[in-house]
Amino acid sequence: MSRPYAKLPPIIDYGVIPLINLVVAFLVAGLVVLAVGESPIRAAELMLNGAFGYAEGVGFTLYYATSFVFTGLAVAVAFHGGLFNIGGEGQAYVGGLGVTAIALGLGGILPWWLNLPLAVCLSAAFGALWALIPAYLQAKRGSHIVITTIMFNFIAAALMVYLLNDWLKVPGTNALETPTFAEGGQLPKLRGLFELFGANLGGAPLNVSAFVALLACLGVWLLIWRTRLGYEIRTLGHSPRAARYAGMSELRLVVVTMLISGGLAGLMALNPVMGDQYRLFNDFPQGAGFVGIAVALMGRGHPAGIIPAAILFGMLYQGGAELAFDMPAISRDMIVIIQGLVILFAGALENMFRPAIGMAWARFRLRETGPSAARTGGV
Amino acid sequence: MDLNTVVDIAASTIRVSTPLLFAALAGLYSERSGIFDISLEGKMLIAAFASAALAATSGSAVLGLLAGILAAVVFSLIHGLASITYRGNQIVSGVAINFVAAGLTMILGQAWFSQGGRTPTLFGASRFAPIHLPFADAVRDVPVLGPIYSGVISGQSILVYLAFLTVPFTWWVLFRTRFGLRLRAVGENPAAVDTAGISVTWLRYRAVIICGVLTGFAGTYLSVAQAAGFTRDMTAGRGYIALAALIFANWKPVPVMFACLLFGFLDAASFRMQSVELPLIGPIPGQAIQALPYVLTVILLAGFVGRATPPKAGGVPYVKER
Repeated sequence: MSRPYAKLPPIIDYGVIPLINLVVAFLVAGLVVLAVGESPIRAAELMLNGAFGYAEGVGFTLYYATSFVFTGLAVAVAFHGGLFNIGGEGQAYVGGLGVTAIALGLGGILPWWLNLPLAVCLSAAFGALWALIPAYLQAKRGSHIVITTIMFNFIAAALMVYLLNDWLKVPGTNALETPTFAEGGQLPKLRGLFELFGANLGGAPLNVSAFVALLACLGVWLLIWRTRLGYEIRTLGHSPRAARYAGMSELRLVVVTMLISGGLAGLMALNPVMGDQYRLFNDFPQGAGFVGIAVALMGRGHPAGIIPAAILFGMLYQGGAELAFDMPAISRDMIVIIQGLVILFAGALENMFRPAIGMAWARFRLRETGPSAARTGGV
Repeated sequence: MDLNTVVDIAASTIRVSTPLLFAALAGLYSERSGIFDISLEGKMLIAAFASAALAATSGSAVLGLLAGILAAVVFSLIHGLASITYRGNQIVSGVAINFVAAGLTMILGQAWFSQGGRTPTLFGASRFAPIHLPFADAVRDVPVLGPIYSGVISGQSILVYLAFLTVPFTWWVLFRTRFGLRLRAVGENPAAVDTAGISVTWLRYRAVIICGVLTGFAGTYLSVAQAAGFTRDMTAGRGYIALAALIFANWKPVPVMFACLLFGFLDAASFRMQSVELPLIGPIPGQAIQALPYVLTVILLAGFVGRATPPKAGGVPYVKER
């Protein structure tokens, strides 16, 4: 039991085990549905139908997925560097300030396609800024990044409520939100694009930031697997001692990794703020920063895994909203459970089925090679 | 500020500190044994829900407490399973438990009681009522000490007294018993404990179970003593504040109590401080006071005020042979 786990071939390590963990997570979620007296199969059907059954549903699913790609990438980049960034929620929230500064300030002057790159830069900068202090404190003073980033989530929430309430809200109103952005601060929806293919997105808020998310995926892939910095980040994640021995600066790497991670989380603000509501509003990330943790774990830190994982969670979000109409006992909160179960089984308990699968694999291998080995051995 | 205000603030400081104290002491046992636990929040939440749910249906606060403890222990065991038996990442496991607890309380609360995630309002025997200590009324008129005795010390729920008694008890267990010595050792150097022929796994499981019991008390206090029923997301970050208090107190029981009282005081005073004007700065925004415990924790963690030294083997799964 306490032996280190045996090495398994990549197909099992990256394919079979995550899949089994995911299936178990959903089976347990099904038990919860059973416990509240509904049929899990019908719930799954309704959910799938709500998320993919019609074009508008798909639009919503992809809209949510866009946010989760950003936050998932943010968590994944930090993971590669051996850092656990739980602060995606706060970084995304503060990133909203960057988006708002551009959209509110230049929305009436410049067209959206000029404002978008500016907003990308500034939202990433604000998100990165919010990750800077925890990163520096971890690298320089050894304070645990998990605790500091959690604390920074709370500080961000307090700060944003203060800013919205005392500075940014429309004077004379009570709602914690900024005025609506002018036209140049509004990202176009993808309705027209989908109409070319004969699909009617209806009111779905899927917008141009989805492409920014795809670019971010490409960027992260290039960064982590095709650059020197990415190599250094992965070295740091595998073995900080090896990194130190190779002459890499731990301080620089931790800070740079967290800045990139925070920047990616900050980009998430583009989607709801500039792409959907056209204003900064109270608690707009709505847990997307935390969903990112599940997405990154499920996607195994690779953009090619993060995109489907984000779409899966987008489906849960949108399908869950639809589900609540037909099964009032099951609200959108179901996603919080599923999110937790995915983190539990794909993350914390990832080793649970490993010994059994390892043994099954060994037996399978033995049966494959056994007879021939016996034949050659017999000579 | 007159005496009545002071008594008021002191009494509410005690009330607000109690769940923090239970939770922080819970974390103390777990983390001293080498199991990091950021799932205090989730365990408190599930305990608050389970206790309020059973107290509402059975009409008994004690049964509620047992349900709360049971629920929190089950979640603790999941954390133990992931971090001790399967050697998973303890932070990841803690995050997972917080989410499962948050989601489960919302879904089950709505399904069972159909009140938007709330449990029915508790009253009478289904709550832990304030206990009036002897002579509380008689000494009320004694200057200074009278109001403090009758207003702060008397009239709290039994769980409050229990929480503050747990502090010396925990100190005794940790520093004066064999179990405590082993518990601390397993958090510093599990290999040494193992060499002495003591099971690292069983020791850590016991620590995690104690952690569950105490978070059970913390959650039950929230929903069955302080409030009269469970409301959505009612822990509202208290688990993290408790964790902050634990770090602030350098993983020592008596300082934990003072840290919890400090954070409790900030919470109790924040409501009153909102209108206070500082010279040059003007009125303090309420949000600044709300954020103060978190800011303090960050500053402390950074080592600007004392140095936090966590248990050495914390967060590292123990592998017997390599």
